[in-house]
This record gives sequence, structure tokens and C-alpha cells, in this order.
Amino acid sequence: MSTDTQDAAVDDAPSRAELATRVEQLEEQLAEARTESEDDTQKMSIIATKGTLDMAYPPLILASTAAAFGYEVTVFHTFWGLDILHEERSKHLKLSSVGNPNMPIPNALAALPGMDRMTTKMMAKRIDDNDTATIEELIETSLDMGVEFQACQMTIELMDYDEDDFYDGVTTGVGAATAIQDMAEADIQLLV
Amino acid sequence: MSAEFDITETLDVKGASCPMPVVKTKAAVDDLDAGAVLEVLATDSGSMSDIDGWAAGTSGVELLEQAEGDGVYKHYVRVTE
Repeated sequence: MSTDTQDAAVDDAPSRAELATRVEQLEEQLAEARTESEDDTQKMSIIATKGTLDMAYPPLILASTAAAFGYEVTVFHTFWGLDILHEERSKHLKLSSVGNPNMPIPNALAALPGMDRMTTKMMAKRIDDNDTATIEELIETSLDMGVEFQACQMTIELMDYDEDDFYDGVTTGVGAATAIQDMAEADIQLLV
Repeated sequence: MSAEFDITETLDVKGASCPMPVVKTKAAVDDLDAGAVLEVLATDSGSMSDIDGWAAGTSGVELLEQAEGDGVYKHYVRVTE
């Protein structure tokens, strides 16, 4: 092995002083990047598409909790998810007893008339017994904490709802492009 | 209880379950000035992990202490900014 090659490699390598300067530059850039990212408020974007009692909870619980963490939160409600924001319908969200293997009722019985009403009553009683917040409480609390609830305009018309049917503070007149924009800027995106 | 801090205000969320203990703690903290200490009384056992996680992930607050006794979970949160 020739010593010439090694010497050449050493000659090409940056000096200790050059390296120190470079490290200093990188540290400065890192500090700048950190400051910039700290200034930016974190964002969460949720798309709520379901309107059953059990599926109304996750987006509302996550939205209010993220707001407590200081996140800027938008929840875009579309299709059956609109019912969560519908002042009247949100108080009567139902639980399906059919196709839900967690229900203590066989599907053949669950399909009988009145069964959804029974399972919904069971769930409502549990919610009450456990002091779990109601959908209405979660919506009011989330609105107080600055969560933006958006009702998809296309589905409002599809379902034949009126803009006045929704809770005060709900944003209407928005579509998929608004949702995409929110999702693109968000740190957390969820489809429920 | 620790004598290292004075309690400025007490928030009673006994009976409330997830997410209300965290959400109401945040709302109470927003009404307090820097240096204040909020005592939170909860019966939700999940509040031990939840308020710890919330305080760690939220700027402007510091979790001083957590204690449990007689089915009540106590949390002490200092407002730092």
C-alpha cells in the first residue's frame, strides 16, 4: 500500500477550522428552523363522515382535546357526519344493532323492528350512568375552545338540510377543496 | 400535600370523564396569570395519564404534582406564561 494515496486524501480533506465553521453555520440554521417551526401553530384536520351515536364521539373527543393542546382544529362534516352538527338530529343519533358484532344481540334478531331503538337506549343509559359528555356538550365545548366545525355544502343540499338547522358557529358553504387545503396544512389528518 | 406551592384556584371535575378533565383544565388555565397554580380534582382514573400527557405537550404549563386518594385524583398545574 502506498503512503502517497493517504497523503493525497489528507490534503483534500477540509481543515479542522473549516469544519468548525461549517458546524457553526449548521447549528445557526438548525436554531433558525426550530424558531420558525415553534412559531407555527400546530393544526389538526378531521373529516367526519359517520352519523351513528358511537361514531360521533371520536371526532368530537379528539377535536376538543387537540384544542386543549393548543392545536388549531377543523372538523369537516360530510354525508352522515352532518347529523352531528344538526342541532335537532344530533340529540337523537342512533346506534345500529345490525352488523355490529360488539352488540350482545344476534344479527337475525337485531334486524327486527325496534331493535335499533333498544340498543340506542342501552347506549344512552350507559353514557348517562358513566357521566360521559353528551354530543351537544362536546360540540358546545369544542366551539368555545375555538374548534371550527364545517358542514359540507354539497351534502347539506343532498340531505335537504337548511343552514339554520346547524349549531350556531358552524361554518357552512364549504366544500372538498377547503378540506384538502386544511389537510395539506395540518400536522394530523384523520378520516372518521 | 407539598408545601412548595400555593394553590391559586381549584377546579372540580369530579364525575366528568374523558375528554372533559383535560378540556376544562385547559379552559381554567387560560383564565389564570403566569405563576398561578391550578388544583384539579377528578374521579376519572384516565386523568392521571391524560393530564400528564397534556401538560407535557402544551406550552405555558408545568405539571407540579399528581396524587391519588379516596378515589380522587389530584393534579397541580403551574401556569408558566
